[in-house]
Amino acid sequence: MAVMNVNPTRMEMKRLQQRLKTATRGHKLLKDKTDEMIRRFIDLAEQNKRLREQTEQELCAALNAFAEARAVTDARATEEAILMPSRQVSLTCSKRKVMGIDVPSMQVADSGGELYPYSFLTVTPKLDDSLRGLNGVLLRLVELAETEKTCNMLAEEIEKNKRRVNALENIMIPQLTETIRYIKMKLDESERAATVRLMKVKDMINK
Amino acid sequence: MPDKIAVIGDKDSVLAFKAVGVEVFDATTAEQAVALLKKMTAERYAVVFIAESLAEQIPETLAKAKLQTYPAVVPIPTGRTPSGFGMQGIKSDVEKAIGVDVIFNKEDKQ
Repeated sequence: MAVMNVNPTRMEMKRLQQRLKTATRGHKLLKDKTDEMIRRFIDLAEQNKRLREQTEQELCAALNAFAEARAVTDARATEEAILMPSRQVSLTCSKRKVMGIDVPSMQVADSGGELYPYSFLTVTPKLDDSLRGLNGVLLRLVELAETEKTCNMLAEEIEKNKRRVNALENIMIPQLTETIRYIKMKLDESERAATVRLMKVKDMINK
Repeated sequence: MPDKIAVIGDKDSVLAFKAVGVEVFDATTAEQAVALLKKMTAERYAVVFIAESLAEQIPETLAKAKLQTYPAVVPIPTGRTPSGFGMQGIKSDVEKAIGVDVIFNKEDKQ
């Protein structure tokens, strides 16, 4: 590892020793943080997978029912029936901190209007089934969105953190150690040189 | 704070969402989807569900969306069966964070 370009003085060495101390401490802290983040991430990813499997199944079932409902009635009639929904889903959102990152936290607040905003005369009961299913799966979908987003952001943060840990471990710390060693050798060398010089001078005076 | 939910997809497959009170946007090409997503990022959308078939075509836009807290862009299946694109997303996240895919591999062995 390359030695840094510094003056080999005692003061510089003190400064570098201080930096090395900080770097080592920072490295330990960051490493602990990565460990904790990975632990949480694994839990979240498992939950994410479970949720996704479940919702995908339910969603597909609901959408298939909807497709069937459209197939048996006049396409225009179905469209007309649901064109003006009486419900409006909105979310109450906030930010939550997970290991220092802002992740979304959402709660569904639906307006509680009539789920079937159409006359039962023109459409098939299949449509009712499909809408009931879809309404049920919507809550789960929002939960999935929240979990998935948290996972995404945590994964990103873990990667960044790993890079920091690696930079400290493989570049910063060896470089500092090497430079400190270099300064120490230089200082020792000049000390020896001074001693030898004194001895020589003493010899010359004695002669 | 953002508070709206939207769905992007081709009209036939996402129309059903309209009835349950979610805003539906019609898009059939990747360009349309990208333009809609861009618009939604600027507005108050918290969750955007996007049809898997469209999501597959715009990986860069999705990757960019991952970095922000809002909106959460979530691919959803719209066909008869899930295509596995959403699962692929979880898999790549795990690989990115841990290096190897511990969650899906574990199940393969069992």
